[in-house]
Amino acid sequence: MAENNAKQLKDLDQIRALIQKHKKNDFIFAFIGMFIIASLTITLLILFLDLFFDGYPRLGLEFFSNYPSRKAIQAGILSAWIGSSLVLIVTFLVAVPMGIAAGVYLEEYAKKNWLSDLIEINVSNLAGVPSIIYGLLALGLFVYSFGLGQSILTAGLTLALLMLPVVIVATRESIRAIPVHIREAAFAVGATKWQVVLNHVIPYSYGGILTGVIIGMARAIGETAPVITIGALTFIAFLPPSPIGAEAPFLNFDWLQSGFTVLPIQMFNWISRPQYEFHVNAAATGAVIIVLTALMNGFAIKLRYDVRKKIKW
Amino acid sequence: MATNVMQDTVISPKLSKSFRRNFIERIIEFGLLISAAFAVFITTAIVYVLVSEAIPFFEYVSVYEFLTDTVWTPNYSIKRYGILALISGTLTTTFIALLVAVPLGTITAIYLSEFASHKVRETIKPILELLVGVPTVVFGYFALMLVTPFLQTIYPDLTTFNMLGPGIVMGIMIVPYIASVSEDAMRAVPMSMREGAYAMGATRFQTAIRVIAPAATSGIVASYILAISRAVGETMIVAIAAGQQPTFTFNPVDSAATITAYIVSVALGDLEHGGIGYQSIFAAGLTLLVMTLVLNILGHWVRKKYTERY
Repeated sequence: MAENNAKQLKDLDQIRALIQKHKKNDFIFAFIGMFIIASLTITLLILFLDLFFDGYPRLGLEFFSNYPSRKAIQAGILSAWIGSSLVLIVTFLVAVPMGIAAGVYLEEYAKKNWLSDLIEINVSNLAGVPSIIYGLLALGLFVYSFGLGQSILTAGLTLALLMLPVVIVATRESIRAIPVHIREAAFAVGATKWQVVLNHVIPYSYGGILTGVIIGMARAIGETAPVITIGALTFIAFLPPSPIGAEAPFLNFDWLQSGFTVLPIQMFNWISRPQYEFHVNAAATGAVIIVLTALMNGFAIKLRYDVRKKIKW
Repeated sequence: MATNVMQDTVISPKLSKSFRRNFIERIIEFGLLISAAFAVFITTAIVYVLVSEAIPFFEYVSVYEFLTDTVWTPNYSIKRYGILALISGTLTTTFIALLVAVPLGTITAIYLSEFASHKVRETIKPILELLVGVPTVVFGYFALMLVTPFLQTIYPDLTTFNMLGPGIVMGIMIVPYIASVSEDAMRAVPMSMREGAYAMGATRFQTAIRVIAPAATSGIVASYILAISRAVGETMIVAIAAGQQPTFTFNPVDSAATITAYIVSVALGDLEHGGIGYQSIFAAGLTLLVMTLVLNILGHWVRKKYTERY
């Protein structure tokens, strides 16, 4: 009897020891996980802060109003930020309507057939193609076959191709979240398919689509490789013609054909130079790009969070 | 779905015979179809442009020579085009990036999915998303100006341009991709499996490693493949920090060019349209496209074939 008890106690101790061991493993892993996430965040924070402090001396109003120069201290990003803005206007005007239209077609209109399958495969595949390949496509197609040259129009179209899958996926996801009964109600009062889409489906999925558009635009601002590949110049000391004229019709489109540079290319150009002073300029430009993209992405993430919270069908 | 509703409903003859209304509907549907079909056009255009520009190149350099030669000297008087010199750089930087990203990304994913509280997860996921949005040219700056100098304090013989620094930075850049895709896969494992494991007395760690991770293998492997595809196609980090001199080497401390870095270096110079140098970037691009395409198809296949159905 006593022997049995002692054996049981011993087993119990072993089990307790085992539990302790596994609990310890649990704790160790949780610690490792937290440690990795914390150290990753801290490393990146140090890198970002270093970039900001390196670039800080140059971040003044003059930096935004000066052209690039051979003298680092006088150089600025005027042509770069204006170039980036104009390119993004083209990208936005092309990618957003096309992306939403494609998303609407795939969700609302497409019948289950080989054509829709083919389109779906292509959309998901395009999202995985490296951006520099889009640059080569644009070089062969837009620059030489279509004769658009190394212009703002070419760069805007190239980035639009890159952004298209992002907009399509965002549109589809937010359309899918709208329940069928909303559509049924509209059909029941005699709306046509397009009326349902235009007056109900698109307005209700607006938040989700906007999130995708902003994330896509933030990506387009930072894209460097495809714009370099089409042969964008790295030293631009002039501005494209103004899109808004003083006389009627007030709008002119000469700027579309103009040469240009964009923020990330300006940064790349300054990194590639050996002098330290130019590296300071590069850091300042990097800080501008990071703040810009982080603001846009942050706004998009917040927007998506709000939309998810607000809408309960 | 919606069309079924229409068929079952009695439509007023006034509406159904409205030619104008139906005509406009058709036009709009066609317009939307054209937008959607544009994706097919882009893919076709990519393949067409790359192949049609690479064909004259392969008349000058045989495919066999292109794939087996290890010297890439387009600017020398004796021009040789052996893509292996560029592939070696691409594979080495990719490998270093994976050495960093796979363990860090996987552990982050397991932690976020199985250990972290709701609040921690909701804080960290947006941060990961913000990191995905950081432009690669900025990461290139980090690699050249901050990480390589730091590595030089440990290993003084390291040259300014090397594959180690950019490889590590690329790894850090890829961690959020692996973490978020793997985490999604693990969160998709049904709660009943976790509850089953806990009921048997398993700890969180045992459940995560022996139940959740095996059940989510397809998603985790797909995230690794996505990561490889990103690393292979990554351009600016390596173009800035790994040097642009094509060298056949797998040594991480050497300077070498990747496929993407070569394309950038040629594009930065004066492009002579139709010249052999111009065509060579399309041949290099075609190689890159084939590599990423194979990876993407593999990832798709893994996800489809090994997805567990519950």
